[in-house]
Amino acid sequence: MEIHSGKEKVMNKNFTAARNACKLCSPLGASIVFRGIKGCVPLVHGSQGCSTYIRRYVISHFREPIDIASSNFSETSAIFGGAQNLKTAIQNVSRQYSPEVIGVASTCLSETIGDDVTRIVREISADSSGNGGPAIIPVSTPSYKGTHMDGFHAAVKAAVETLVIKGRCAPGPGKSKGGKKRVNILPGFVSPADLRTLREITGDFGLDCTILPDYSETLDGESWATYQKIPSGGTSLDEIRAMGKSDLTIEFGESLKGKDTAAGYLLNHCGVEFRNIPLPIGIEGTDVFFNILSELSGMSVPGKYTAQRGRLVDSYADGHKTVFEKRVILCGDEDLTLGIEGFVKEIGLLPLISATGALSEEMTGDMDYVSILDYVKDGPADLVIGPSKAYFISRKLGIPLVRTGFPVHDRIGGQRIRHLGYGGTQELFDRIVNALLEAKQENSPVGYSYL
Amino acid sequence: MIDILEGRKNQVIEKGSCEEGVIECGKASLAGSVSQRACVFCGSRVVLYPIADALHLIHGPIGCAAYTWDIRGSLSSGPELHRMSFSTDLRENDVIFGGAKKLYNALTELIEEYNPKAAFVYSTCIVGLIGDDVDAVCRKVGAEAGIPVIPVQSEGFRGTKKDGYKAACDALSVLVGTDNETPVSCESINILGDFNIAGETWIIKNYYERMGVEVVSCITGDGRVDEIRKAHRAALNVVQCSGSMTALAKSMEIEYGIPFIRVSYFGLEDMASALYDVAGHFKNPDITKRTEELVSLEAGKIIPEIERYRKALAGKRAAIYVGGSFKAFSLVKALRHLGMVTAIVGSQTGNPEDYKFLKEICDDGTLIVDDTNPLELSAFMAEKNVDLLIGGVKERPIAYKMGVAFCDHNHERKEPLAGFSGMLNFCREVYASVMSPVWKFTPGRKRL
Repeated sequence: MEIHSGKEKVMNKNFTAARNACKLCSPLGASIVFRGIKGCVPLVHGSQGCSTYIRRYVISHFREPIDIASSNFSETSAIFGGAQNLKTAIQNVSRQYSPEVIGVASTCLSETIGDDVTRIVREISADSSGNGGPAIIPVSTPSYKGTHMDGFHAAVKAAVETLVIKGRCAPGPGKSKGGKKRVNILPGFVSPADLRTLREITGDFGLDCTILPDYSETLDGESWATYQKIPSGGTSLDEIRAMGKSDLTIEFGESLKGKDTAAGYLLNHCGVEFRNIPLPIGIEGTDVFFNILSELSGMSVPGKYTAQRGRLVDSYADGHKTVFEKRVILCGDEDLTLGIEGFVKEIGLLPLISATGALSEEMTGDMDYVSILDYVKDGPADLVIGPSKAYFISRKLGIPLVRTGFPVHDRIGGQRIRHLGYGGTQELFDRIVNALLEAKQENSPVGYSYL
Repeated sequence: MIDILEGRKNQVIEKGSCEEGVIECGKASLAGSVSQRACVFCGSRVVLYPIADALHLIHGPIGCAAYTWDIRGSLSSGPELHRMSFSTDLRENDVIFGGAKKLYNALTELIEEYNPKAAFVYSTCIVGLIGDDVDAVCRKVGAEAGIPVIPVQSEGFRGTKKDGYKAACDALSVLVGTDNETPVSCESINILGDFNIAGETWIIKNYYERMGVEVVSCITGDGRVDEIRKAHRAALNVVQCSGSMTALAKSMEIEYGIPFIRVSYFGLEDMASALYDVAGHFKNPDITKRTEELVSLEAGKIIPEIERYRKALAGKRAAIYVGGSFKAFSLVKALRHLGMVTAIVGSQTGNPEDYKFLKEICDDGTLIVDDTNPLELSAFMAEKNVDLLIGGVKERPIAYKMGVAFCDHNHERKEPLAGFSGMLNFCREVYASVMSPVWKFTPGRKRL
């Protein structure tokens, strides 16, 4: 089989139907973002099933209570509009949860009947202004448009649009308190462990950092003494409001280039410059991120990270033969998969295909797991890297799966998988090499205990 | 004082309290509450899911199909087409210009590729709104392909999960009664409402066969289209999970004169009663004798080990929150067998008779809740100081966060809990979770 770089388009999806989809619907992505805002309860404006299915799906990955309210459409609301349901829902959520924020995501149902959540929310906000009610962030997320990642990015943008204080501030130092510089990071859909890594890195560069969303605690929390209505953690309202005063925005994800995103909004309305970079995975990918932080902070890369980088290079040398020209199937969310693709090429793996369910300019888009399998079935393939739904492919081909991204429903600790930085790359590299070694060992008639 | 939303106050009662009234149920969930319920589509999808040689195509945007891919632990002894997730994956243009053509193409291609015995086409929320004539497409493809292509009217907003069960039963009725050739014994039954989670139908079917009763069709559990076609010729319908399948049993009673009984396969008592009730129906002394032998043999195998768990678990307190209330009845009894107290019990979809019966079998002080939500449930659990929660995936993290043991009794589980051997698994799982040493570290438990 011909080896594809991933950027060449491989349209192999001969079926009208999606067969084992490699994507989820947009309100799911928006709900994840809302769970990363402090004091926020997500509210899905649609049928009861929308919120329940999303909750169940997300709980199985994060293993945390995920409260997502529903406006609970009935037949009457489908005919006469769901505005009244949404108003009642906001009142009931406010009463039960006393939230600081309610994030309202629309659905295919509410969009198809023509409910405009932004307008309805504006009316409600006008009614409740001065009552100390919660801030409400509306976002349009019809499931027939795009994927969960579009819902994710739309919700980040909606949060910024709704909350950020507009106005240009003079660029340069001194805008953050104590003279520290402040950076906004829009990381996309990465793991709670990745978010903690990003905070640690920026902190070590002496930077203040606003990460939006930040579900590092809310979706990977501690055991509780008493039941918490809304888990602690998340990007605070004040932090979001002040994002226009930061010195720089770093937006991860090549798929967002040239698109109308939160980073662009902060540039246009507040004058905050932004850099769009791939997810910092692999040595080259992470170097780009560290160089930006170094430039912004005026600090050279702290020794902790040069050492991490050095150990990573050392391990590349230790493991290079195991991975060289092994053929790998990459799949999952577009930007994470692109980040991983950059990394696996750096270590000499050969991507057979790099596929996602989204429409993509950068990789093989609009794919589902059966189409991916059809494409690679003549292989030979050695490894799959992707979410646990890719187990479908791994099992059929009898090759190992290295689990990344979301969802990881068949292992514990999906929320603690690290992908980012030299440290995250180290963990990924070790897991990839070990998966290949384990497969070799399992398939060996000898069963050496030295490899 | 536990904060219950105004519109829900009568959906919670405490047995024996001076304010104890009649529980309200069967209501739509309040807007804004975090109900644990799902929608009409979910109800239809879970019921029909285990029919393994049928094509299940979900007509709508991607979410509904993606969230139900491989969602149930329903096993098949042969084909596994039910484990594939097929969606018409409607996009913006389809919503504007209609999705009927896409549905036609999707169905035709899939039937050609996978060669199913029948196809179910599930309508999701927007299908009714955009005006696709799903019935017409199904008729056309059915005629062309020569297999039954059955529309399932499961738009999410058209009621509750129960209405979805009804829609699934309506779809099944189309198949039932279409095979009048295959011979069927007069001492025969259909198993309704068992979904072969982790192979449970196989356990139950084995019991009936050992009793000398022919199982004509399991309808859903390890389901096959051809079995469903001849189901109308069985002598008796045996209905478990009564919420989901009673509608089909009732329609078969009217149309084909087949009586039905309601049973449960969970717990020693209910499992034994189910077999005796079926034996009793046939009034055949041989069947009765074989049933007695079977019950005594199977129960005898597990009772000694259960005794060991009972010693450890006696006096522990449990909360039960499940989808259907019939399962809750069995769980109350099964826990009592382990010496445990049911402090809280509730369901998503119970009806007034169910709750009346639940009240009868519970002790004073037991809270009975309808369509509860995480905030209420966690507060009730703290108030009643429970050691165990029995529920599904959505309830699991509520228990674990509070340092409370948990037993998964929902359709995703991979352990059989039905039958005599299932009762032993249930006891082992409850024991393993309640007695685990990890709870000593959790602040929620230390506090108590």
